[in-house]
Amino acid sequence: MADMTVDRLPDGRAAPEGTTMLAADGTPLRVSLQRSLRRQKRRAFLLVAPLLAFILVFFALPIADMLFRSVDNHIVPETLPRTVEALAEDPDPVPGEPVFVALYEDLVVAEAYKRHTQLGTRLNYEMGGASSLLRGTGRAIGRIGTDVYADQFVAADPAFADPARWAAWMVDPAIRAALPETTDAYDAWARFTIEADNDDPAEEQPGDMVYAALWRDLAAGAQPPGLPAVDVSGWETPSIRELMIEAESGWGDPGIWSTLRTFSAPYTAGYYLAALDLRLSEDGIAPRPASERIYNALFLRTFVMSLLITGLCILLGYPVAFLLSTLPARTANLLMILVLLPFWTSLLVRTSAWKVLLQQQGVINDILVWAGLVADNARLVMINNQTGTIIAMTHILLPFMILPMYSVMKGIPPAYMRAARSLGANDWTAFWRVYFPQSIPGIGAGSILVFILAIGYYITPELVGGTRGVFISNRIAYHISSSLNWGLAAALGTILLVAVLILYWIYDRLVGIDNVKLGG
Amino acid sequence: MALPRYATPAQRAWHYGLRVIVGLVLFYLVAPIIVIIPLSFNARDFFTFTPEMLALDPAGYSLKHYRDFFTNIDWQLPLWNSLKIAPMATLIAVTLGTLAAVGLSQAHMPWKRAIMAILISPMIVPLIISAAGMYFFYSRIGLQGTYWGVVLAHAALGVPFVIITVTATLVGFDRSLTRAAASLGAGPVRTFLKVQMPLIMPGVVAGGLFAFITSFDEVVVVMFMGAAGQKTLPWQMFTGLREQISPTILAAATVLVTVSILLLIALELLRRRNERLRGLSPS
Repeated sequence: MADMTVDRLPDGRAAPEGTTMLAADGTPLRVSLQRSLRRQKRRAFLLVAPLLAFILVFFALPIADMLFRSVDNHIVPETLPRTVEALAEDPDPVPGEPVFVALYEDLVVAEAYKRHTQLGTRLNYEMGGASSLLRGTGRAIGRIGTDVYADQFVAADPAFADPARWAAWMVDPAIRAALPETTDAYDAWARFTIEADNDDPAEEQPGDMVYAALWRDLAAGAQPPGLPAVDVSGWETPSIRELMIEAESGWGDPGIWSTLRTFSAPYTAGYYLAALDLRLSEDGIAPRPASERIYNALFLRTFVMSLLITGLCILLGYPVAFLLSTLPARTANLLMILVLLPFWTSLLVRTSAWKVLLQQQGVINDILVWAGLVADNARLVMINNQTGTIIAMTHILLPFMILPMYSVMKGIPPAYMRAARSLGANDWTAFWRVYFPQSIPGIGAGSILVFILAIGYYITPELVGGTRGVFISNRIAYHISSSLNWGLAAALGTILLVAVLILYWIYDRLVGIDNVKLGG
Repeated sequence: MALPRYATPAQRAWHYGLRVIVGLVLFYLVAPIIVIIPLSFNARDFFTFTPEMLALDPAGYSLKHYRDFFTNIDWQLPLWNSLKIAPMATLIAVTLGTLAAVGLSQAHMPWKRAIMAILISPMIVPLIISAAGMYFFYSRIGLQGTYWGVVLAHAALGVPFVIITVTATLVGFDRSLTRAAASLGAGPVRTFLKVQMPLIMPGVVAGGLFAFITSFDEVVVVMFMGAAGQKTLPWQMFTGLREQISPTILAAATVLVTVSILLLIALELLRRRNERLRGLSPS
């Protein structure tokens, strides 16, 4: 419609040069038609807009937001801003004093906000032991021995113990300019004193890290105007690097520094690598130790079991759909109810039914024992393993296979088979060469649908799958609600989602999403 | 397709063989659901048929699991929560979904395919991913653990079903009817309510039933989104199945199966009405 022009008359002949067709109100027909088309488009869009906005806000946005977590690594640069900056300029395996000074200040601040444990949890995903290192440092950070700086300043001039004097100094632009490190340390201390401790910095003596910073400024030759003059030569000045390593020997280990260097950027591919059983180290991407590799196997299991379930659904569904499509409509509709009943029955009901039936003391084992097929002391284990997942999920997903197959097979004219036979084909050839190819779209539609639903399944594997019959979804749920490794959960989720969306796209190409049939 | 009298033995075997296979598959589909119904009347706390039950001894049967289901607060609270959440979620999904389906079926809908793909996606995206995303996001906007949080999440999950069923009804909708209404002087709203709505009603109701059962059945999202106060029936069943499995679960399951059967009958009646309205002979 959009390319409709009035250069041609309705019968296709070119319109005579110079004539413009006019609408009833006198505007050129082309303009009038375009206006009306625009109006129709707008009206159609306005009808869809509320739902589109609803789905985008309450469904798509939450998912996008979660997926963002799979690359989000802000916690490292935000908790250790000074360290990350200083570390970039220090290539040594265990860095020197400036990095440790930065780490000390960052951790004092982090400890005040209780953020060091979260950072420890984050780093622990990449390096075992990081969590306890951070936790231990957090406990020790207030008393690692930096108080000697404060003591010496106060001994030199008691004014250094006066919070109000400090507050006055630290608003003086000349002093701030002369003492950059002190200013930074004091500002950080004052901020967490207000925000985390709910105290007034003008009434509290500054923390040790401020005095240590002041000493560094003075030792570097700063001459702040208006501060009591102190001679810092000959003072006892312990190295913060040594104090930190003394407090927690882990900081002397190159491992943690290598990890911090690798994961200092605000975005990381680390979770994706973890989801693929790889790890990022300073030397690049390497496989994880064999004992930590679980996800590739889990993805593979999810894929293979979904494929198996899809295959079983085709095998079981095809004869049903075939028979139903050839029976008279009245009988077919009656039998269809038997297919639709499970479709409409609560998933939990069907899963409970299988749980009850498949138990070792359950109905199926009872029947097998009664029939003498199985000894009473050798009852079959059909639940809490892969068998349980496959039996229950095939049952649950079978209607999703039968319904699209049925709707395709209904459209295959029976005359084709008769024609094939009358031309000399036997029953099998007629079926295989004539009927079956025409039913493939139904198999395709059903298979993709079943496969999409299967690889994302959570409830049924969780309840009947035990440990060996669970899917990737169960692992995602575990990371969200138990291990709280949300980044990894998001990365696993993204991989699963991408797989599903690719299949969805293929489905849309092949079948068209508006052709999905839901029963009846 | 009746078997002709001249059928060969092989054809005969195939004819009956196919019916046996299909019978077995249908048995596999239905038997697990049917078998829990008698089991739910078990007088003892077993999950299998007791000798008394097999002997049809009335003493082997009792209503005690139903009594527990209908009096125990552990089951009643979830039941009522489900009944409070599902209708509201259905209402939202059906209202927005029907309007959108009408818009989508217009000839000049821009970006139709892309929008359709987005609107159907809640049905396709694995529930665990939807649940996780909603959990994080709804916590941030203060909806996590609230009634409305669960309702909005369930409404989003129900939308695809409404869209699919209503667009399917609209495919067969005769556009000249709306033009006729317009030429007789009805405004767009009046045309929609008086002409289009009654004709697409079966699709709307079917979509509503789907949306209702989606919410009524949903367990993953509500477990992440809801607080203990929003515990729904499927959630309670899930907990029961995972932790200590009580036979009351079979009574609950039987009640739910009854609900499904009622819904199925409603849908079947709708389908027949729909065919009648379209001038097809009822099958």
